[in-house]
Amino acid sequence: MSSMRQSFYRLAADALDDDERVAMVFAEIGVSEMASSHPRFYNVGIREQLMVGVAAGLALEGMRPVVHTYAPFLVERPYEMLKLDLGHNDVGAVLVSIGGSFDASASGRTHQAPEDVAIVGALPGWTIEVPGHADEVEPAFRRALVSDGRVYIRLELGSNAEAHDGARLSVLRRGSDAAPLVVAVGPMLDATLAATAELDATVAYLSTVRPFDRAGLRAALGAGTDVVLVEPYLAGTSAAEVARALVDRPHRLFALGVENPELRRYGTPDEHRAAQGLDAAGIRASLLAFAA
Amino acid sequence: MATMTTYTYDDLPALMTRLTGDEKHDRSSASTLDVLWVLYDRILRDDDRFFLSKGHGPTAYYAVLAAKGLLDVDELDGFGSWDSRLGYHPDRVLAPGVELSSGSLGHGLAIATGAALTGRRVFSLVGDAELDEGSNWEAVQWAGRIGLETLNVVAVDNRSATYGWPGGIEKRFELEGWTAVRADGRDHDELEAAFRAADGEHPHLVVAEVRR
Repeated sequence: MSSMRQSFYRLAADALDDDERVAMVFAEIGVSEMASSHPRFYNVGIREQLMVGVAAGLALEGMRPVVHTYAPFLVERPYEMLKLDLGHNDVGAVLVSIGGSFDASASGRTHQAPEDVAIVGALPGWTIEVPGHADEVEPAFRRALVSDGRVYIRLELGSNAEAHDGARLSVLRRGSDAAPLVVAVGPMLDATLAATAELDATVAYLSTVRPFDRAGLRAALGAGTDVVLVEPYLAGTSAAEVARALVDRPHRLFALGVENPELRRYGTPDEHRAAQGLDAAGIRASLLAFAA
Repeated sequence: MATMTTYTYDDLPALMTRLTGDEKHDRSSASTLDVLWVLYDRILRDDDRFFLSKGHGPTAYYAVLAAKGLLDVDELDGFGSWDSRLGYHPDRVLAPGVELSSGSLGHGLAIATGAALTGRRVFSLVGDAELDEGSNWEAVQWAGRIGLETLNVVAVDNRSATYGWPGGIEKRFELEGWTAVRADGRDHDELEAAFRAADGEHPHLVVAEVRR
């Protein structure tokens, strides 16, 4: 099975060949993997502010730039370029990150960006895709390429066993009418399904998190009152979206995610998932506490 | 950009007065005025782009756009007010003739670099103090190293950078692979010649020297 990252490089190479509007702007990361000599493949060196500015300039000329590196260097270091060069100038680009919250667990905090979706989502007009499987990268990438908008696609090593369609909130398991609605985002689905296997819960899947499918959330909740978000990045990132979706309905929300971005531990991604309560046992313990 | 010359250089102070309401224009306060006039009057062609990276103090810019018929002169009144499309920093989405939204320093060169990659001839204006921002140098280095010949930058040098540029701004660009010419920022013929000195093989810098 290929990784999300490998899927992206293959799709990116095809896009360069198939669509003359597409240009790639990289900053060393991924250059050797892509090994592209295409004239619209640009490597700007280790210059991430330039990378986003160049993408904006290309977009002003009608191109569809695809920009790629590790999440902290793609959206945190050049954050003002996302806000101004792209947003304020009202042009689009496709930003594709790798690394997720703690793929680079042994590399430490510098290479981790669990806050990425929260800060990109704070800017107006962004679509954010969090695929949960390598086969979900292609539909997300194709949707992004045919639009002119600003799109952030977040790729990580974690993966569910099977691909699902999460462009809208889709219910995969139905509990009783009073059961909590547990919304698993992207790679959190399998752990969420395992955590809820013996519980009365409705489990839904979502991979397009901005714009957030508020109508889908209301419909999936039915007559219930309890919502649990299971997000692979900063806890509470989509809490305000749930609050707005349910503004006229008494409800309870438990937003699971990365609780402590400054963990100061190395180790493996699985060890980090467990430490943040995002493995099946941790999610199950949170659900039981929430129901109590 | 289609230009319709309805005003001359001598009309610019009056147009700036409509923006600021100030009758006593100190010409030197608008350090960019002559550079902008030479660009719009003599250099820019219809299919060129101009990105004002130094978005601070855009009255000269708006006045030149109005003088060249790219902006209705009646829009100059009420500059910065609720109903105006002209703010203290220009917004391309709002203001006719404006090709870049700017104001935060150090963004224009990278964007100009991206646009120039498509083969488009691009001009961008920066200030000497703006060059303090490190983001500029990412663009200067890369554009120079890849020989991005469609990129033209004018640095208006009125020595407002607190720590200065020992040896001159142009030294740093030349080291990275640019051609560079220093010109009197008030002398229109000298400025025109400096812009036309681009060799078609390297990105080109004009340092427009202006006394404060």
